[in-house]
Amino acid sequence: MSISEIQETIIEEFAMFDDWMQRYEYMIELGKSLPIIAIEYKNDDYIIKGCQSKVWLHAELKNNILNFTADSDAIITKGIIAILIRVFSNQPPKAIIDSSTQFIDDIGLKEHLSPTRANGLTSMIKQIKMYAIAYQTQLK
Amino acid sequence: MLNVETVRKDFPILSRKVNGQPLVYFDNAATSQTPQVVIDAIVDYYSNYNSNIHRGVHFLSQEATDKYEIARQKIQHHFNAEYSHEIILTAGVTAGINLVANGFASILKKGDEIVVSALEHHSNIVPWQMLCDKSGAILKVIPMNLEGELVMDAFEALLSTKTKLVFVNHISNALGTINPIKQIIKKSHRIGAAVLIDGAQACPHIKVDVKQLDADFYLASAHKMCGPTGVGILYGKQQWLTKLPPYQGGGEMIDQVTFEKTTYAGLPHKFEAGTPNISGVIATGVAIDYLNKIGFDAISNYENELLTYATNQLLAIEDLKIYGTSKNKTSVISFNIGNIHPYDIGTIVDKFGIALRTGHHCAQPIMDFYKIPGTIRASFAFYNTKEEIDKLVSALFKAKQMLS
Repeated sequence: MSISEIQETIIEEFAMFDDWMQRYEYMIELGKSLPIIAIEYKNDDYIIKGCQSKVWLHAELKNNILNFTADSDAIITKGIIAILIRVFSNQPPKAIIDSSTQFIDDIGLKEHLSPTRANGLTSMIKQIKMYAIAYQTQLK
Repeated sequence: MLNVETVRKDFPILSRKVNGQPLVYFDNAATSQTPQVVIDAIVDYYSNYNSNIHRGVHFLSQEATDKYEIARQKIQHHFNAEYSHEIILTAGVTAGINLVANGFASILKKGDEIVVSALEHHSNIVPWQMLCDKSGAILKVIPMNLEGELVMDAFEALLSTKTKLVFVNHISNALGTINPIKQIIKKSHRIGAAVLIDGAQACPHIKVDVKQLDADFYLASAHKMCGPTGVGILYGKQQWLTKLPPYQGGGEMIDQVTFEKTTYAGLPHKFEAGTPNISGVIATGVAIDYLNKIGFDAISNYENELLTYATNQLLAIEDLKIYGTSKNKTSVISFNIGNIHPYDIGTIVDKFGIALRTGHHCAQPIMDFYKIPGTIRASFAFYNTKEEIDKLVSALFKAKQMLS
């Protein structure tokens, strides 16, 4: 599936929830199901600096496809990461660079986007796009 | 006796809704809410006599200057300072600390020692590290125990003739511990060290008497005492303020200026370069009047009642651990529930309209001491209620259920 198709599916899933509690319960479930990042990437070299919860992000390019693994010490943050990985992982770098992040608004997570917000959703997206740009340059 | 229902009517913000729920504001240690009289004072200034102080001969400038200086006197009387020129008005507590640290750069020599406590906020650590880099002085730290209290024996062991400055907060922002500052001041004076006390967390709860404490410097923050943001109070004994060089150069702080030599103005203007936060200072005076009208005895009795009630209610939650369990503490409760990240709890509880602080509270050394990433902090003010505490407890039960 393309990035925009995955985003559409996620928007449809979130539209089924009646209130914030169901939305958060779902994110917590996603957080719990996030595959564990390899231990060698869970160190300060891979950390995304945020104020409160720690986030580790690792990217790997195989056959022109970029894969992400990540982790956090806070479960809601892990849920957000799980959504981002579902959207951006297993895609060519060029598609990641060109993708829109409008879906975050559409699923009601806009409140996590403010730059000072502690979980650093903005920094995570920025870091994902930075990796894509770096690998895209390498591919050329 | 404090009538909380009446008091709450003074604060317009307390009737607003957050996330569709009535606001429960438990982040008072970060900033307190503002009563209507204080808001009115700011509006009155800009509506009726906005003008620069200490320079104009015109009517408005005189009026603003008078009100500004009356506010300074109110602050002087509130803290029982000997002279109004011992009250320096700054942009905040951080600015006051930097003012003193900068002044001591010219006094300290290589090998001198500065003693700070392990219970400090980052803004209380970094200026002294910078001062040490500049002067060659050495920073010594008073350790804390598991209850979140300073270890006084260790403090005494740190003191020597090399100690030139001791810096301790009156009350810890992260844990709420009330430090034995009177004892600290007395012991420091015995070996000739100056003492600076950060009272930012104390002044909303306790009426402070700088003369009785014999503090050399004492700091307070207006926005934590129902006043506006951007105003800090630095009390300094006249002899010390005279000794310290000016911090920032600029207008207002000079006596005569030629290109060859400038002589500085007397106290307090020597330390008040540039146009100050005029409306903020005047409103701070109003906030102090407001608190005194309610009465600090009534405030602390009621807040202690809230603290006891909240502590008991919170401890009913399984796996809830409170950090900072000193018998001497103010209405601050720092806690965690099991291994749940404080950020997760804070996010869920926010959805119920409850404002808490989560994280390391800019006091990483304390979090390192307990080996935790941070805590959830609920801090109560005299306008909070037991019903609000009940709401917090039920929101925490819900958050715990969702997150574990």
